Amino acid sequence: MQITLTVNGEDRALDVDPRVTLLDALREHLNLTGSKKGCDHGQCGACTILLNGRRINACLSLAVMHDGDEITTIEGLGQPGNLSPLQAAFVQNDGYQCGYCTPGQIMSAKGMLAELDMGWPSNVSADLTDIPDLTRTEIRERMSGNLCRCSAYPGICQAIEDAATEEGMTKREAAE
Amino acid sequence: MKPFDYVRASDAAEAHDTAGRIIAGGTNLIDLMKHQIETPSKLVDVTRLDMHEIAPSDDGLRIGALVSNSDLAAHDTVRRDYPVLSRALLSGATGQLRNKATTGGNLMQRTRCPYFYDTAQPCNKRQPGSGCPAMAGVNRILAVLGTSDQCIATHPSDMAVAMRALDARIEVARAGGGTETLPMDDFYVLPGDDPSVETVMQPGDLITAVHLPSAPTGHQTYRKVRDRSSYAFALVSVAAVVDTDGGKITEAALAFGGLAPRPWRDTDVEQVLLGETPSDALFDKAADVLLADAKGHGGNDFKIPLVRRTLKAVLADLTGVTR
Repeated sequence: MQITLTVNGEDRALDVDPRVTLLDALREHLNLTGSKKGCDHGQCGACTILLNGRRINACLSLAVMHDGDEITTIEGLGQPGNLSPLQAAFVQNDGYQCGYCTPGQIMSAKGMLAELDMGWPSNVSADLTDIPDLTRTEIRERMSGNLCRCSAYPGICQAIEDAATEEGMTKREAAE
Repeated sequence: MKPFDYVRASDAAEAHDTAGRIIAGGTNLIDLMKHQIETPSKLVDVTRLDMHEIAPSDDGLRIGALVSNSDLAAHDTVRRDYPVLSRALLSGATGQLRNKATTGGNLMQRTRCPYFYDTAQPCNKRQPGSGCPAMAGVNRILAVLGTSDQCIATHPSDMAVAMRALDARIEVARAGGGTETLPMDDFYVLPGDDPSVETVMQPGDLITAVHLPSAPTGHQTYRKVRDRSSYAFALVSVAAVVDTDGGKITEAALAFGGLAPRPWRDTDVEQVLLGETPSDALFDKAADVLLADAKGHGGNDFKIPLVRRTLKAVLADLTGVTR
């Protein structure tokens, strides 16, 4: 089937079998191998990408269902020499060991911080109607869809905190 | 995955395809197709249909079938007036999955029984008549109420348990025309002799919305007990709406997850509580009624005392009884 995906801001035409997952379309058809295949069943989060700005598991979606949709992968976030705040914070805080889960962790964190910005509550938010704080408990709950077999969680959480703080500061400066 | 034809429905008529299997978020169905537990020959993608709205209805709220689990959990009215639903949704799955999973799809998700998932094993739900190794096997997560001698699978949803406590009704557009709005106990079918039949949905039928009645006055809570604190299915969960006035219980709606093949509600349990003074002894009496017909299969025996303790804790919290 003929489809067009807007991947990292660029329109990409594809001819795919209906069985091709969004993850395989990115990796095998568009050679964007930053998104990783871990479990391929939505349990590990290594394939996390942004679909129209929201984080999803690319392994549990069919490419043909996303004709016309906007996809952001880790390649679209930043590149060597021009890292995004999250990418830089992961490097700074050693938020990984083997690195296989890292693109998924970063894309998930990107989507998660946007959700927090919209005021979405989580399972650990004490009050559903309050604007949630970015506590360590909130980060851990909101990132539970991303596993790290090397168990680099302390570095991952710290990186997310640092990047969020930095982006928050940037926003305040821009507002002033 | 087995090969299949793919159709993107652009209107309701195309969605009512009796030869097709409906796909929306796909978070459960695609997984099942990868395992070849589900092998549809045709997928009908309904995600472009206009069913994404949450809107006030005459007496409550109408939730479009394509509303994502995250949008529903974060919706201002749901957070304020139906917190049990928001809490249940947020306790389920992960941020990524909730962004994709839909209201209709959540209701239609299949059991996570390990034997249903293992195609090398017999399973009466996958292949009626082939047997149920779960009965004498690994059944820690499986059901203790509403089962049959053919199947002890549980319905895995958290969302649906909260909806059951809220007296939600499911709007189904029938393939042959017409729309029905079904109470949840009329929508889900208990396993009986054929556990492959889980709902009254027929080929070509489409869930179009879920209706919530006006917000209840009582306090609401969702308590979920599971093996780890995030991203795990319920061993036992309780969705509760309870109110007291003048020291007596005046409202009680209780639904249970992890116990049965459908979100479980037993109004006899609520009758025990209504009009009475809340106490530990009263809560035990309510649990006795809930569990009168409970049957464990070894590995899941623990759920029977666990749900008693969970129910009592929830009732104590909501009525202010000190334990």
